[in-house]
Amino acid sequence: MGDHHHGPAKGLSRWLLTTNHKDIGTLYLWFAFIMFLVGGAFAMVIRMELFQPGNQLVSPNTFNQLTTMHGLIMVFGAIMPAFTGFANWLIPMMVGAPDMALPRMNNWSFWILPFAFAILLSSWFMDGGAPNFGWTFYAPLSTQGPPSTDFFILSVHMMGISSIMGAINVIVTIFNMRAPGMTLMKMPIFCWSWLITAFLLIAVMPILAAAVTMLLTDRNFGTSFFDAAGGGDPVLFQHIFWFFGHPEVYIMILPAFGIVSEILPTFTRKRLFGRVSMIYAIVAIAGLSFIVWAHHMFTTGMPVIAGLFFMYATMLIAVPTGVKIFNWAATIFRGALTFETPMLFALGFVFLFTIGGFSGLMLALIPADIQYHDTYFVVAHFHYVLVSGALFSIFAGAYYWLPKWTGTMYNETLGKFHFWLSAISFNITFFPMHFMGLAGMPRRIPDYALQFADFNRISSIGSFVFGLSQLLFLYIIIQAIRGKGKKATDEVWDDHPRGLEWTLSSPPAYHTFETPPSEKLVEEHH
Amino acid sequence: MQEKRNHKPLLYKLLLAVFCMFLFAFALVPLYDTFCEVTGINGKTGGRIRAAIEEIDTSRIIRLEFITHNNQEMPWEFYVTQPYIDLHPGEVKQVDFYARNPTDIDMVGQTIPSVSPGVGARYIKKTECFCFDFQPLKAGAEEVMPVVLFLDPKIPDHIEELTLSYTLFDITDRS
Repeated sequence: MGDHHHGPAKGLSRWLLTTNHKDIGTLYLWFAFIMFLVGGAFAMVIRMELFQPGNQLVSPNTFNQLTTMHGLIMVFGAIMPAFTGFANWLIPMMVGAPDMALPRMNNWSFWILPFAFAILLSSWFMDGGAPNFGWTFYAPLSTQGPPSTDFFILSVHMMGISSIMGAINVIVTIFNMRAPGMTLMKMPIFCWSWLITAFLLIAVMPILAAAVTMLLTDRNFGTSFFDAAGGGDPVLFQHIFWFFGHPEVYIMILPAFGIVSEILPTFTRKRLFGRVSMIYAIVAIAGLSFIVWAHHMFTTGMPVIAGLFFMYATMLIAVPTGVKIFNWAATIFRGALTFETPMLFALGFVFLFTIGGFSGLMLALIPADIQYHDTYFVVAHFHYVLVSGALFSIFAGAYYWLPKWTGTMYNETLGKFHFWLSAISFNITFFPMHFMGLAGMPRRIPDYALQFADFNRISSIGSFVFGLSQLLFLYIIIQAIRGKGKKATDEVWDDHPRGLEWTLSSPPAYHTFETPPSEKLVEEHH
Repeated sequence: MQEKRNHKPLLYKLLLAVFCMFLFAFALVPLYDTFCEVTGINGKTGGRIRAAIEEIDTSRIIRLEFITHNNQEMPWEFYVTQPYIDLHPGEVKQVDFYARNPTDIDMVGQTIPSVSPGVGARYIKKTECFCFDFQPLKAGAEEVMPVVLFLDPKIPDHIEELTLSYTLFDITDRS
């Protein structure tokens, strides 16, 4: 094997052909950010339509298409690729490996994504328009969906293959490429959260693939998995979908737990409280995620005993989640806190995610859920866990590691401004939705009763501010990448940081840890 | 130099896991049907049974109501001649349903039964039902379709009323 050290190739082929984990991480993060803006643009149109009662801006069908595409793009195009981007950038640097274990597969798993989403987005321009049945594509809505549904199926298959390959890469890297002396229990908590996430992905992405395959054969090849006329059952679809779907929502939050657990200790100058219990909590949450799926289906009419099982199992998840929240609180307690942007987003995460967790507990109660099902209360709930949960952790992580990645400190004043704008406008957007839902406003409708007009107007105004604030984030990042700002030190935040990534230069060389770090270095930095 | 570890064994194990989970999702389909059948929780009635002579429990009367629906744009006239019957558990009764194809094309229909409350479904025993077969109707043709059924005397005491619903699907394209 050649012993040459080389930098990145020049031009476009660097990005097309790269097998470098840092390049691929960057590609994933940019892709996620672009999809975030696209999905966000759809959300802006949704909020414009809902600014006042009546149908003014888009037709009801277009509205349904917008909610469908918004959900699909944010879940599969923004949140998941962003976390995979973090995994690519950080896991090799954190475990002291030269790269991901399977670099060519890594290139492939990224480059599938732009094509998958090009196919999905092209459905806007097809006969019958884009899919309009919601991101959950319930049968029979999807079995009778527009012709573009078949393109949607293909793109979901491609996203699934991409996620599975990404997950395999993470597992093989963590199991086979840790530096000598780095035992699993010494491994950074971010890597732990991603390891569990990767196993969840391997377990449930094939279920999603099977679900869309059944949909495909029902639509085109005369099978009747979900068609009652042929002996199938539409409720079966919901079982299969949510057997994938519930672990999927943890796939979107476990890496967030990892990121926040890395950030809080840095800005409190303390070790993470209860590290081992944090790891076990992640494992417990992942395990429980497989036995709670039917809590999404309480209104389909299930026997009392099954309902009780799913209700109690769901409420049981509050235990390991509570362990995590209390551990974060204990980490913060009596720490020497400073409030740089990553810390602000991490604290925002802890507060707002907990609100989302509590509304989740409310929804777990069958009698309450039957009332709240498919109302704006549910919309409020999952945006508290996905926006102020997953997305805020992505912002926090981006600010936290950006100086390491670029070698330049981002503009701290603007970063804080971005946080406060986001946090306040987020709450203006989504907090009123709790009230709308409790008062009975159904989700996924373009028009609503007059009584909801005021709260919807508040929500819409908040969402416009939130959407525009993200352009500030784009500006801050570009400035840092262009080197406009203070030079970052290698340690970046703390003089004695934990984590091997801080032993590298800022920005790190194109190839790092080609010789593994010494056991002494591993021991000092864990 | 760092020793090069062979990643293939782990890679293959993980790919195998992915493949198994894909198959598992398809296995969920028969598992689901079996589970619903064993526990009787899905409101689906069973298939044809031979008329067993059951003891008639004259101490109880259960009201069995019938509803009919047309799925989507199914154009047939489809209704039941009696909206309900009262019967003792074990007592065999016949109910007639009526269907007419008012269009000028030959069509095939299929009715799918469903029972509410779902727990009662397994106690409705049908010895004869049009729902067991496809229903071809020529253009303009009509037909009286009988259901012969009885209620299992083991039906729990708290059930005093059952609703048997039939949905008529157009399966002309399928058959």
